[in-house]
Amino acid sequence: MTTPVFGCDVANVVYERGQRQAFCGLAGIVWLHRKIQDAFFLVVGSRTCAHLLQSAAGVMIFAEPRFATAILQERDLAGMADCNQELDRVVAEVLGRRPDIKSLFLVGSCPSEVIKLDLNKAAERLSAQYQGRVQVFDYSGSGLDTTFTQGEDTCLLALVPHLPALPATERNLLILGTLPDVVEDQFTRLFTELGINTVHFLPPRRIEALPPVGAGTTLLLAQPFLGETARALQKRGATLLTAPFPFGVEGTLGWLRAATEAWGIAAERLDAVTAAPIARAQQALSRQRALLSGKRITFLPDSQLEIPLARFLARECGMELVEVATPFLERQLMAPELALLPADVRLTEGQDLEAQLERLRTDRPDLTVCGLGLANPLEAEGLRTKWSIELVFSPVHGFDQAADLAELFARPLVRGALLQV
Amino acid sequence: MQLTLWSYEGPPHIGAMRIVTSMTGVHLVLHAPQGDTYADLLFTMIERRSQRPPVSYTSFQARELGGDTAELVKRTIQETFDRCRPQLILVGESCTAELIQDQPGALAQGMELPIPVLALELPAYTRKENWGASETFYQLVRGLLKSRVPAPGTERELRHAGARPLANLLGPTALGFRCRDDVVEITRLLESIGVGVNVVAPLGASPQDVLRLPEADFNVCLYPEIVDQTCDWLRRSFGQPTIKTVPIGIGAIHDFIAEIGRVAGIDVGTTAAPSSARLAWHSRSVDSTYLTGKRVFIFGDATHAVAAARMASEELGFTVVGLGTYAREFAREVREAAKRYGVEPLITDDYLEVEAQVAQAHPELVLGTQMERHIAKRLGVPCAVISAPAHVQDFPARYAPQMGFEGANVIFDTWVHPLMMGLEEHLITMFREDFEFHEGAAPSHLGGSKMAQPGAESALAIDDSIAPTAVETDAAVMTWAVDAEQELKKIPFFVRGKARRNTERFAQERGILTITVETLYDAKAHFGR
Repeated sequence: MTTPVFGCDVANVVYERGQRQAFCGLAGIVWLHRKIQDAFFLVVGSRTCAHLLQSAAGVMIFAEPRFATAILQERDLAGMADCNQELDRVVAEVLGRRPDIKSLFLVGSCPSEVIKLDLNKAAERLSAQYQGRVQVFDYSGSGLDTTFTQGEDTCLLALVPHLPALPATERNLLILGTLPDVVEDQFTRLFTELGINTVHFLPPRRIEALPPVGAGTTLLLAQPFLGETARALQKRGATLLTAPFPFGVEGTLGWLRAATEAWGIAAERLDAVTAAPIARAQQALSRQRALLSGKRITFLPDSQLEIPLARFLARECGMELVEVATPFLERQLMAPELALLPADVRLTEGQDLEAQLERLRTDRPDLTVCGLGLANPLEAEGLRTKWSIELVFSPVHGFDQAADLAELFARPLVRGALLQV
Repeated sequence: MQLTLWSYEGPPHIGAMRIVTSMTGVHLVLHAPQGDTYADLLFTMIERRSQRPPVSYTSFQARELGGDTAELVKRTIQETFDRCRPQLILVGESCTAELIQDQPGALAQGMELPIPVLALELPAYTRKENWGASETFYQLVRGLLKSRVPAPGTERELRHAGARPLANLLGPTALGFRCRDDVVEITRLLESIGVGVNVVAPLGASPQDVLRLPEADFNVCLYPEIVDQTCDWLRRSFGQPTIKTVPIGIGAIHDFIAEIGRVAGIDVGTTAAPSSARLAWHSRSVDSTYLTGKRVFIFGDATHAVAAARMASEELGFTVVGLGTYAREFAREVREAAKRYGVEPLITDDYLEVEAQVAQAHPELVLGTQMERHIAKRLGVPCAVISAPAHVQDFPARYAPQMGFEGANVIFDTWVHPLMMGLEEHLITMFREDFEFHEGAAPSHLGGSKMAQPGAESALAIDDSIAPTAVETDAAVMTWAVDAEQELKKIPFFVRGKARRNTERFAQERGILTITVETLYDAKAHFGR
């Protein structure tokens, strides 16, 4: 067996254009509204937007959802109704029903963008109107600008101007990207043990607790799809740390190391604090590695988690990467990850669905990571699949979730081996 | 703008997708931005279809808007044709493409492909999914058959003496409620009265099959929401009568058979129900006595809602306390039915309004769509799904039609199963304070009382939320004596709110200031059924 060579050159990335098979950024509302518990998301769009949200959420939320769509009607488009007045009326209706709401996100869509409805102005107007009660923000989840997880980037970007200033003499560590509460708490404990006591998260659990940012802020990304927000935070003085993303033992350790180095914490302390969780993670991972090792995997472009996850599966689980496709390659943010990928990996940016499926049928990997629309048809062709959306909904970051993350990929293979029908 | 939390129908292009996904040899090209491909998962996940819908999307993004999106449309159509070689291409656009006005239909027709190309107009800001399905199927049938329409006044050829009459089964679609099994059941039923099936469409039909539609003697309009318009055109163009009775429920099945007898000129007078038709006996069985007068709230598409109301009332002995539909196009049928059952028709696609009406009506059973399942769960009321939109669990592996005799069997089981059994209900009423056998417990055959308890609690919460408003009207004076309040709690929770309101009204009308146990029973006697 040849020793794999790591370090992938972005020059080898193949760029494709054609039919895309991914959600638009509105899908981010499904997890953002669960994370920010006092927020309401109002999409200004069409019946299609409402239908997408409902389908992506799988009609799985039995509580009254904290999201809704203001559906544009013929009279709004024909100019018979003043869109701003209409929006004010709908917002009043929403806030009347939900007095517990502290923040409202007006979410732009493809149609609102095409008719050039200025939601930024509307947000300013409504913020003034509901001053002291509800903060109103706006961002775009339109498929014209955003692919799936990018909707979180545009959402968080809208919050950046509203973050309080960090006093000049203070430092904080800001973790960017939605994390399940349990993972947030684990990381907070780890950072405390490492000696970093002022850790903040964006998005916060409640909008009232927006984290401060300033020259004393060091910024770590927990999710790879937040480039615009990261750049905006840099403009507000934050220092962006270069690190792999906290998936798997290697990624998590590299991520923590970036923080400790920036905070001048000795390497010995990092080793001491992480030794036990790493040992635990390795032990749990070994069971999954036995199932995954040597198996071939293809990622279709979807969540933008593809590259860090491919790195984890290749280096810690022994999987063979057939093709790693990503909707959009953030070259700068992804540099530490690319350095860890096998040099000969087939990397694709963008999508031309039919061409990609042809390659898939030729490659016939053991596992294909794809969106919900494609999974069953590929299963019917005899290919095992893993839904990518589950990777965004499940606790998968950090040491204690490394084995859970691997198990998500092992499960379809285990099931495939179990079934005798 | 219209505030929408959950919607009963998608946009009209989803309706078009349902038609092409039902058929073979047909492909839809949709001019639509990135993200609209989500719709594929409705078919592959909810209905578990093993193939992608035959739909290609242009997937345009912001950067294309400045350039030539028209070129993108043409390229997508050409690639679709080259790759899939369909017999027919439909071209449509989703909401965003409608705004940028590329006229993809006209572009497609200008390409001179060697197959028929039909342009669809699917106004996304005024119409919805069922309309889109109806319009797409109509355009497709008309487009393929209009050159074959006989000249006005041409006599329809009589079928040969002795030849059995042929029917088209129209309306079943992908994502429709139990369409797959209804087709099997109705084909059997027709067979049993000597009628053959000519074509089933759109489900499983090819463009060639559509060309054979005129060969049938009549059309069976199984799902009016989808094919009412097409049946009407076939009647006008080819002189094919339409069978309008939808055979859901024993009474409707007999009406259906009688209607076919009249239209096809065959004797169906002696047709007996097969021995496997068990609804009637099950419903007459003494154990079903407890079903009598159960309060049922019905909401769905018009066809299934109206049929359910008739079955509930005539075949299970329930009391219909609410009837409505989200299908405004068929509001008339629902209004007429509502009049028969003495209820106010609820015509709305506003989920919140439906929820409020269900809570208000205090039903013991809700028959609805996936949305009403949520509502019922929240209110702690049993529920059965009778109509699209439905979720993955309502696309069962087993044979589970709604139509025909087996459909009636399936419906009897499905509606009765979530209810408390007769004796169990009696015992709970008798020993109301039994710690493990209380009203918050789930029916014992459903297990898991833990699951039901939060629901039961929320039903109580609704009672409480209604109570203050009722009392507030005369809050200054009227109070409940402690023992009366205790007695009220012994009344089954699903009617307790109503009992409270009635008693308060009774007291108010008589100027009674303190409601005692006596007042409660006086009111009970006054309002008693």
